[in-house]
Amino acid sequence: MTELTELTVAAIRTGVAGGDFTAVEVAEAFNANVAAASQLNAFIVATPEKAVEAAQAVDAKRAKGQDLGKMGGVPIGMKDLFATNGVQTTAASHMLEGFVPQYESTVSQKLWDAGAGMLGKLNLDQFAMGSSNETSYFGNVISPWRRKDGGNADLAPGGSSGGSSSAVAARLCPAATGTDTGGSIRQPAAFTGISGIKPTYGRCSRWGVVAFASSLDQAGPMARDVTDCAIMLEAMAGFDPKDSTSLNLPVPEWEAGLNPDMKGKKVGIPREYRMDGMDPEILKSWDDGIAWLKDAGAEVVDISLPHTKYALPAYYIIAPAEASSNLARYDGVRYGLRDLPEGAGLQDMYAATRADGFGPEVKRRIMIGTYVLSAGFYDAYYNQAQKVRALIARDFEQAWSQCDVILAPTCPSAAFALGDKTSDPLSMYLNDVFAVPASLAGLPAMSVPAGLNSEGLPLGLQIIGKAFDEQGVLNAGLAIEQRAGFTAKPEAWWK
Amino acid sequence: MSEYRIQGATGEWEVVIGLEVHAQVTSKAKLFSGAATAFGAEPNTQVSLVDAAMPGMLPVPNRECIRQAVRTGMAIDAQINKWSRFDRKNYFYADLPQGYQISQLYHPLVGEGYLDIALDDKDPENTKRIGVERIHVEQDAGKLMHDQHPTMSYVDLNRSGVALMEIVSKPDMRSPAEAGAYVRKLRSILRYVGSCDGNMEEGSMRADVNVSVRKPGDEFGTRTETKNVNSVRFVMQVIEYEANRQVDVIENGGTVDQETRLFDPDTGTTRTMRSKEDAHDYRYFPDPDLLPLELDDAFIAECRESLPELPDAKRHRYENELGLSAYNAGQLTADVDVYQRYEAILAATAAKVGKSESDVATQVANWVLSVAPGVKNATEDADEANDTTAANAGIIALSAAGTVSGGQAKEIYEIVLKTGREPEEIAETEGLKQNSDTGAIEAVVDEVLASNADKVEEYRGGKDKLFGFFVGQTMKAMKGQGNPAVVNEILKAKLG
Repeated sequence: MTELTELTVAAIRTGVAGGDFTAVEVAEAFNANVAAASQLNAFIVATPEKAVEAAQAVDAKRAKGQDLGKMGGVPIGMKDLFATNGVQTTAASHMLEGFVPQYESTVSQKLWDAGAGMLGKLNLDQFAMGSSNETSYFGNVISPWRRKDGGNADLAPGGSSGGSSSAVAARLCPAATGTDTGGSIRQPAAFTGISGIKPTYGRCSRWGVVAFASSLDQAGPMARDVTDCAIMLEAMAGFDPKDSTSLNLPVPEWEAGLNPDMKGKKVGIPREYRMDGMDPEILKSWDDGIAWLKDAGAEVVDISLPHTKYALPAYYIIAPAEASSNLARYDGVRYGLRDLPEGAGLQDMYAATRADGFGPEVKRRIMIGTYVLSAGFYDAYYNQAQKVRALIARDFEQAWSQCDVILAPTCPSAAFALGDKTSDPLSMYLNDVFAVPASLAGLPAMSVPAGLNSEGLPLGLQIIGKAFDEQGVLNAGLAIEQRAGFTAKPEAWWK
Repeated sequence: MSEYRIQGATGEWEVVIGLEVHAQVTSKAKLFSGAATAFGAEPNTQVSLVDAAMPGMLPVPNRECIRQAVRTGMAIDAQINKWSRFDRKNYFYADLPQGYQISQLYHPLVGEGYLDIALDDKDPENTKRIGVERIHVEQDAGKLMHDQHPTMSYVDLNRSGVALMEIVSKPDMRSPAEAGAYVRKLRSILRYVGSCDGNMEEGSMRADVNVSVRKPGDEFGTRTETKNVNSVRFVMQVIEYEANRQVDVIENGGTVDQETRLFDPDTGTTRTMRSKEDAHDYRYFPDPDLLPLELDDAFIAECRESLPELPDAKRHRYENELGLSAYNAGQLTADVDVYQRYEAILAATAAKVGKSESDVATQVANWVLSVAPGVKNATEDADEANDTTAANAGIIALSAAGTVSGGQAKEIYEIVLKTGREPEEIAETEGLKQNSDTGAIEAVVDEVLASNADKVEEYRGGKDKLFGFFVGQTMKAMKGQGNPAVVNEILKAKLG
C-alpha cells in the first residue's frame, strides 16, 4: 500500500474520492507521524480526534455519494494563530496559554467546510513575531533538516510559521496554514524545502486570526508543491463581510488555471535584490531560476525597484507600531493571563500581566511601536515609513509596465542554526529583507524550493506578482517546480 | 445680547467657552459591531466578541451610524467630507477592552458648520452664530462599577463600542447663558434629525466644557477642560465656577494650568482630574483594520433628502404661513415633542372645524403652549393615555364654535385627562355648554338691569367700570353658561 503520509493534498483527495483508501486511514497515518515527532515540537496541541472525526464525516459523505469538497479527506495542521472553537489558541504566548475561543476563524472554518480535518495547532513565533520560531513560549520548533556535515546542530525551521514548515517538511501533515506579515510563510517554506504562498492582501479573511500587524497580516497555505498551494488557497480565500479589509472579489479557480507555460510572459529581475556580499549559493539558485523560467518560454528583463533598501526599516516601524496597539487588548482584564499581585491596583495588574505574559521579542516590538507612535516621533518615524511604503508600492507599479512577475531569492541564506541569531535582533530582522517589500505593497508572493545548497539544505526562490494575480505567481512557481525537480526530503532522525 | 463679564479686582474679565458635546448616535447596533445598544440592560448582556476585544476580532463600520452623523452635519450646514478615516486613540483602562478607542482625529467625517442661538425667547430673530469645528464619530467605552465588591471593580461592557458623535464647537461662546442656549439648540437639532435622543440624564448626551478668561480684547487665556458634564444647568455652573476660579488664580498672581477637571454636582465646583504633565500620549494613528470611509453621491443625497424640516425653518414657517407670534413660534419649535403635538392637534382641529390651519393656528398654539399645560399640571390624577390628539382637537373645536367657554374648555379637558371620555359627550352630559340664545340672555339681562336700577343710573352717569358688574351678574344668573360675547353685546345694546 502507498505510504499515505508521502502523498500530496491532490493525491490524498483523489485517493479518498476514488476509494483507494479512506479519509480515516489518512488521518490516522498522519496522527501517528505527529505522535512520533514530538522532538520537533511542531505542534503546541495535537488534536488526533478532530482529524479522525472530520475524516469520518468525509468517508460518510463518500458512502452517500456526496461531494467531498475541495480539501475532502485532507488532514492539515493549523497555525496556532487561528482561533479554533473549543481548542486552545495561544499565538504561542504565555499570555493566551489556556485560552479556548468560543469562535472559529473564517479561514479555518472555510477549510473545515471544504472537507479538511485538523491534526493540531502548530507552533509559531510568539504572536508571529520572529524568523526562527525561537520566540515561542512553548519552546522552539526544530527543523527536520540537518546539515550534511556530520554535526547534529538543530536548525531553525524559519518563522513565524515554523511549526507549519517543519510539520509539512517532516510529513506530519500534507499541508498547513501559515500567516505572512513580513515573510512568515515564504521564509520558513524556503528553509524547509516546501512551497508557500502569501496571497494579495485581503484575499483571506483576517477575522479570528490573532492580529500582529493588521495592514500586513495575510493567511496562506504551506504545502509540498505548487498545485497543493493552489488547491488549499482556493479553500481559504474569499470575501468576508466581517473583515473590512477583505477583498470583495470572486475566488478564481487557481487549481484549474495552473499552466507552467511561460511563453509571452516577462519575468523581472530586480537589480536592487543583488546585494553586496550575498551568498554565492543563493545567487546561483537565482540564476538557476532564471534559466528555468527562460526554458519555460519566459522573457527575462532587468528591472529596478529603487526603494528596496528602505523596505526593511519601514517594515520594522509599521509592523511594530500596529502591533503595539493590537496587543494592548492583552491586559488581564477579560481573558488570558492575569497577574494580580497582592494589593495591586489596575496599573500594577497591567504591568505584572504584560511583563509576565509577553516574551522578550514581543516586548521589544511593543516598545519600538510605542516609541514610533509617540508625540514628537510620529512624523519622523511612522509617517515617514508610510511614505516609504507608498514609494515601494509605486516601485512595483512601475515594474509591472515591464514584466508580469518578479523572480528573486526568498531569503539571503539557507536555514541557520537555532541560537545563531538570537543575540542579535538586527541580523535576525535582515532575514526578511527580500520578503518585506511584497508585504508592504500587499502583493501576492510565493516561495518554491529551488534545490539544496552544498550543506544539503533547501533554498527557496520567490515569485512576486501583481495584485490579484495569484495565478501568474502560481504558474511561474509551477514552471520552476517542474524544472527544479526538487525531491529531497529530510531523514526522519526524530522517529 | 448683553455682555457677560466677571468683575475682578483688576477690572472686567471676559469668558471664552468652547464645548465638545458627545452625543450617542441613535442606532440599534454599535458603531463597529452588531450588538444592541438599548439603555438599562443587565450588565454585559449587549456585548459582542468585537466589543469585548477578543483575539482576532475586527471592526466593521455600521452604515446607519455614519448616516446619522452625516445627517447631523447637514443639519448644521456643515461640510460633509466624502473621504474620512478612523484613527486609534491608544490608552489603557479597564473599561476600554481594545486598549484603544476608534475615533477620528486627522480626517473627521464632518467639517465646519454652525448653529444660531437666541438668548431671548421673546426675540428669536436676535441670534448669535456659534461655529462648529467638526463632528467625528467614535466608540464609547464601557462602564466601571465600584459598588459590587469590597475590593474589586466590575466592568460592564454594554456601552463599549456604542457610536458617539463628538461635536466640537469653536471657542465662540462668551457666557454661561450662551453655552446653555448652544446645548439646548444642539439638542433640539439632534432630536429633530433623530440622530440622538439628547437624553442627558441617561448619558446619551454629555459635554466637555472648555473655559478660559481674558481681559476683553486680549489673546485667549489658558483653558481648562471639565469632562462629562451631563446637564445644561451643570454646563452653566461649570462655566460660572471655572471663570471665577480662573480670575481669582490670575489676580492672586498665579497662572491657570492647562488641565482636565471634574465637576462635582453636589458642590457645584470643579477639581483637578489630571494635569498637563500627566496627560496621556494617545499615539493616534490610522486604524489599519479599517479602510478609509468613502461616501458616494447617492448616499449623501439620500441623507439630505431624509432630513426633516429643521427648527429655524419651521419657526419661520409658523410665523409666515401660520401667522404665529415670534414667541409662540419659537416655543413650539424648540423641541420635537412639542411641535409634533402642535402639528397633530392643529391638523385635527382644522379638519374638525373645516377651516384652514392658519385660521386656527393661533388658537391651537395658545391651547398647546399655555391652556393645556396649565390644566394638566393642576390635574393630579391625569392619565397621559387620555391626552389624545382627537380629544384636544375636539375641545378646541367646541371652543372655536362658541359651544363652550374658555373656562368650560378647561373643565372638559380636566375630565378628559381623568376619564378619557369624549369632549362632546362631556359638554352635553355635564352641562358644560354655554348659552348663546339671545332671547334667553335678553330676558336675564332685563332682569339684572331691573333689579339693579341704581347701578344702571350710575353707569349711565359715566361710571363705565360697572359694565363688568353687569356681566358678572348676568353670568351668575345663567350659572356661568352664558356666552360671554353674546352677553356683552346685549348688555351694551341695553345699557345704550
